Amino acid sequence: MADVNEWIESVVKDNDVVLFMKGTPEAPQCGFSSRLTQILGHMQVPYQGINVLESGTLREGIKAYTNWPTIPQLYVKGEFVGGCDIVTEMFQNGELKKTMEAGGVAVEA
Amino acid sequence: MSLGPVGLEMERKLTERFSPVELSVIDESHHHAGHSGARPDGESHFKVKITADAFTGQSLVQCHRMINETLAEELKERVHALSIQAKAP
Repeated sequence: MADVNEWIESVVKDNDVVLFMKGTPEAPQCGFSSRLTQILGHMQVPYQGINVLESGTLREGIKAYTNWPTIPQLYVKGEFVGGCDIVTEMFQNGELKKTMEAGGVAVEA
Repeated sequence: MSLGPVGLEMERKLTERFSPVELSVIDESHHHAGHSGARPDGESHFKVKITADAFTGQSLVQCHRMINETLAEELKERVHALSIQAKAP
């Protein structure tokens, strides 16, 4: 699993905003993942979507990496922000925009 | 909709761990029938609304981690999705 951890670490460090999700940004396979793609789409934030359904190792690896039992998971500037509930709540109360901007990520809405 | 054995056990564990001011465990499995992770006998998708002193001064991620740890057994074996609304009183 060391390789998976290294891979995840490089992805979240090399991309400002990363969403580990079920399916792709164009075709989410789960309602919770879909909700976060809609939020990021609404904010017009460029992000890297990673489909965990492509690899069982990745799917389990990301849960272990963050010690977080569910998917989707959002990372900004290498930091875990939250899962579906937290990101939704942060979007609604404006905290998500602040987190993005604090990380130097341009937000449109 | 009244809770089944899994929901009741979750309610018991959360009550024991947090002595919450407010707690509701809601079985939303019927909304997800036929989706991936849904089970024929239900009790796969839950929502927890909880207000407890333990969450004072904690970030949302920390609050959710505390709840996830408390329900680790259920999340591992049985429950496909858990939606959490946690706050301090």
